[in-house]
Amino acid sequence: MSDKPLTEKIPRYCKGTGMMAPTDSPIVHIACRGISPFIFLIGLYVFFHGHYSPGGGFQGGVLMAATILLLRLSLGTGLSQVVMPASITLRLSAVGVLIFAGTGVITMIFGGDFLDYHFLPLPWLDPAYLRYYGILLIEVGVVLTVMTTLIAIYDDLLGY
Amino acid sequence: MKTLQYFLLLAFLGILVGTVIHLPPRGDIDSPVHQTVNPAGTLVAGTYYIQHAYKDTKTPNMVVAVLADYRAYDTLGEVVIVFVGGIACFFILNLRRRKP
Repeated sequence: MSDKPLTEKIPRYCKGTGMMAPTDSPIVHIACRGISPFIFLIGLYVFFHGHYSPGGGFQGGVLMAATILLLRLSLGTGLSQVVMPASITLRLSAVGVLIFAGTGVITMIFGGDFLDYHFLPLPWLDPAYLRYYGILLIEVGVVLTVMTTLIAIYDDLLGY
Repeated sequence: MKTLQYFLLLAFLGILVGTVIHLPPRGDIDSPVHQTVNPAGTLVAGTYYIQHAYKDTKTPNMVVAVLADYRAYDTLGEVVIVFVGGIACFFILNLRRRKP
């Protein structure tokens, strides 16, 4: 880490706009940067444990969005572009919808109905586990869409 | 025109209230949704899910099995709604976009 203050790493176009951090306090910055990976971990847990306990794509996605929004709030929009650039949020959201719908289209191509995971092209799996992993696959799409849409709405509200 | 709208809203309110007061009370064991077979003699959907959800999907959480497998089409609609909400915010809030 260089000896320059953190705020000097902000891109030049952010200077003097609302993209600057609201505070320069290193305590706030380090606390938020330290705690956000753990919230992200809890989000991943809620997502992947949705098969066994309450949870799933929507809840896990909201928790993951909360980590990025915590960085956006504490470090400012400019510095937290490194973690999740504002330009790719809505594109990732569309990718999530495409993963979900694409799973359905793949099962249609391989001879089944729309979103009938029995026809996923993974022949080494049991039919029951085929459905298990099909559910996981579409939940990945749900997580991507929910997480990035929430961040995109926050960025749009600030005007970036 | 305003009065017509109010009458329409009142009519819908009347339909809603009339429907809701005819619902069976909560926890009524004799209500149709709590039977295992419907009048046609086939299994009620809830019974089918309870009996088959784990066997079909190996997912202990029955809610996820129903949400993402039996009713995945509905969840696809939810995800598309979230995405459309993001798109709508993008286009409405960026009408006067500030240049970076």
